Amino acid sequence: MQKTYYDPADLKKFGDIAEYGQDLADKFFNWYNDVFKDGALSSREKCLIALAVSHAIQCPYCIDAYTSDSIKRGASEEQMMEAVHVAGAIRGGASLVHGVQMMNKAKKMLM
Amino acid sequence: MKTIKSLHARHHELSDTHHQLEVLNSEIFTRHYLPTFREKLKTSGLLPLKPTGIEVFQMNVGYMCNQTCKHCHVDAGPDRTEVMTKETMKQCLEVIINHTIKSVDITGGAPEMNPDFRWFIEELRKEYSGEIIVRCNLTIILANGKYLDLPDFYKKHNIRVVSSLPFYNADKTDRQRGEGVFAKSIEALKMLNKAGFGKQDTGLILDLVYNPSGAFLPAEQSLLEADFKRELKDHFDIEFNNLLSITNLPISRFLDYLIETDNYEDYMEELVLAYNPKAAEGVMCRNTISVDHAGNLYDCDFNQMLKLQIESKAGTHISEFDLESLNERNIVINQHCFGCTAGAGSGCQGTTT
Ligand code: SF4
Ligand code: SF4
Repeated sequence: MQKTYYDPADLKKFGDIAEYGQDLADKFFNWYNDVFKDGALSSREKCLIALAVSHAIQCPYCIDAYTSDSIKRGASEEQMMEAVHVAGAIRGGASLVHGVQMMNKAKKMLM
Repeated sequence: MKTIKSLHARHHELSDTHHQLEVLNSEIFTRHYLPTFREKLKTSGLLPLKPTGIEVFQMNVGYMCNQTCKHCHVDAGPDRTEVMTKETMKQCLEVIINHTIKSVDITGGAPEMNPDFRWFIEELRKEYSGEIIVRCNLTIILANGKYLDLPDFYKKHNIRVVSSLPFYNADKTDRQRGEGVFAKSIEALKMLNKAGFGKQDTGLILDLVYNPSGAFLPAEQSLLEADFKRELKDHFDIEFNNLLSITNLPISRFLDYLIETDNYEDYMEELVLAYNPKAAEGVMCRNTISVDHAGNLYDCDFNQMLKLQIESKAGTHISEFDLESLNERNIVINQHCFGCTAGAGSGCQGTTT
């Protein structure tokens, strides 16, 4: 058993999840690959969205993968950092907007 | 401009091509973590790798260059003194004229720094009406007053100018090619545009070469071309014809960079995993011959830099050029070849699929 929860080498073994469930893995990877194809959004735009989401869910594997993929698809450092700020803004905003709930409750309770 | 020295001048261990080949055959291949290029070609039914003929005659007229780019596969720089002599140029001329060559591709270093460069182009143009490519690094045009008329010289001799610009901004370009290179490249591109290169309906071709500024494979060529065209037009009013996207091969200074930044194994693995049999069918060595400054023949410019000499029964020097024997040869391959077969494929003319 490894001593840390995350090992960069495990990212390359993602496909191994099929070992414990081939059918579902096949379905997942087929769908996954289709999701990232050029469509109404370009594959570069999709990579930048994935990069932002990776930061929102703070998945180190995804951050690794979508930093590489964004660079490979010609995204600039500025674009990648702006994507991360979008994730940060949404996360921060999501906390702050709940402040309204706090205020509602407080106003109800207080004289 | 801050100058760095070539591996050669630094007596770096990678300036020894045997050492490079050892690195290229390190345990990631010998322990079978990754298949070798030979094994991959075999599964594609392409072993031994055979030429389809000789259409492109590529001449490396010297390793001297006014720049010392970080990724340079030639290990070129101001400290390199190897230049092709007039004698060897005459031998090349004879071969070109006596065979059906579609394209003469002149490279370096900065080919313009060869003292007989203009003489050779003039002589060649007198007797050869095919395509002549000059791989011009752009900044050479501004490096010295004597080069300022290069755009007119190229125009006069109907040269196809192919120039490197790794990105459309200064930051990425300068990190790879040296401080101030982007600004000078832009100025040189404007001069080429002014002479008619890259402009519609002039017939004067100006192509740009993109190669990744780091340890990753290039994005799709058409996508990058659209970005480059838009950005260069919007910001600098510069036009060009085609963008050729080239993968960095793991040799020479790029190999040094990969090792120094601990990217070597990951990059190799990426190249191997991206092996594309269609790209393998179209590798440029199948229709190209490469000549070095001393007149030695190679399957390509990369093999030249690794000193992997051609396997031609008639001889390995331009003075022994024998088309039949060259067409029968087996192309010399090694693990660096994975750079030519990854993804959409890569050669001196951009993607190969
Ligand atoms: S990449 Fe081209 S311009 Fe840069 S050092 Fe090498 S030969 Fe010179
Ligand atoms: S490196 Fe040279 S020999 Fe190898 S595949 Fe590429 S062009 Fe051919």
